[in-house]
Amino acid sequence: MDRKKRRTGIQAAAALIQNANIKGFFTGKIYDGATKSVCVPGLNCYSCPGAVGSCPIGSLQSFLSGIKFRFPYYVAGLLIFFGALAGRAVCGFLCPFGFIQDLLFMIPFYKKNRFKIDRYLRYLKYLVLLLLVIILPMTFNLTPFFCKYVCPEGTLSGLMLAAADKTLRAQLGPLFNWKFILLLITIVTSLIVYRPFCKYICPLGAVYGLFNRTAIYRMTLDKDKCIRCGKCEKACRMNVDPSKTPNSMECIRCGECVDTCPSKALYLGIKKRP
Amino acid sequence: MKRNLPAILLLIFAAALIVVGIIMHQPGSVLSKAVRICMECIGLG
Repeated sequence: MDRKKRRTGIQAAAALIQNANIKGFFTGKIYDGATKSVCVPGLNCYSCPGAVGSCPIGSLQSFLSGIKFRFPYYVAGLLIFFGALAGRAVCGFLCPFGFIQDLLFMIPFYKKNRFKIDRYLRYLKYLVLLLLVIILPMTFNLTPFFCKYVCPEGTLSGLMLAAADKTLRAQLGPLFNWKFILLLITIVTSLIVYRPFCKYICPLGAVYGLFNRTAIYRMTLDKDKCIRCGKCEKACRMNVDPSKTPNSMECIRCGECVDTCPSKALYLGIKKRP
Repeated sequence: MKRNLPAILLLIFAAALIVVGIIMHQPGSVLSKAVRICMECIGLG
């Protein structure tokens, strides 16, 4: 099986495992079992009717926005654990919302993945992490700013819950309309740009990106073999140049550059280059 | 081993944080938040 198909298979399996409460999609009731005490690695709202684990960003905010401040040892530990193991391979393989964006980008439509302000927009996710996930929830207690005003994953969960629950449907108001517009923008943009939410907004991607250089699963470049043909850069849909920064904070480890490299200068794995 | 030393140190640090969190009953706090519908998350305020 080629790398692309294998990755799609892993992504589908990961999305299914993290949303194994299939019954919830029909009843509109969320899962309340003990597995929800564990955060999943990817962005997967705990209010999704299928979710059997907790969203790490939602959990982080619930600690930081509490009336009595408690340092989120447990959630921070899990984030560092996932990051140190895989870095942004979590985004490329395990995140259900990343998978949805991958599927949307497969739909034939006008594509424009490289544009001037792309490199500046990428810094936005660090601002989102600092401001909406950490600073504002700590300043104004009880408000998880990112979840409440931005997260399209949560809106998707809300849509699924509302579809199955008449009472919830009746309560949809201006906040939902705002979040629904953001979700629509994310969906339409995902048809044109590869993973716009991951590139520009996702605070979880911002966290995991910090680990890309040191993670156990990472890329190595054999500079002696590299012929600087630029094929890897052209193949990268996250707009990284692996011949310059093989462990860029933007790389989601899809491995397409590895397959494209004519001189086999790139290697992706957990061991030292064979 | 040398190649992965920073990652291994981070994993040990992460495990220590998780253990401290468990001692402070933080998984219970995560659970109690996650088993109720998060109105903010789904856009109901």
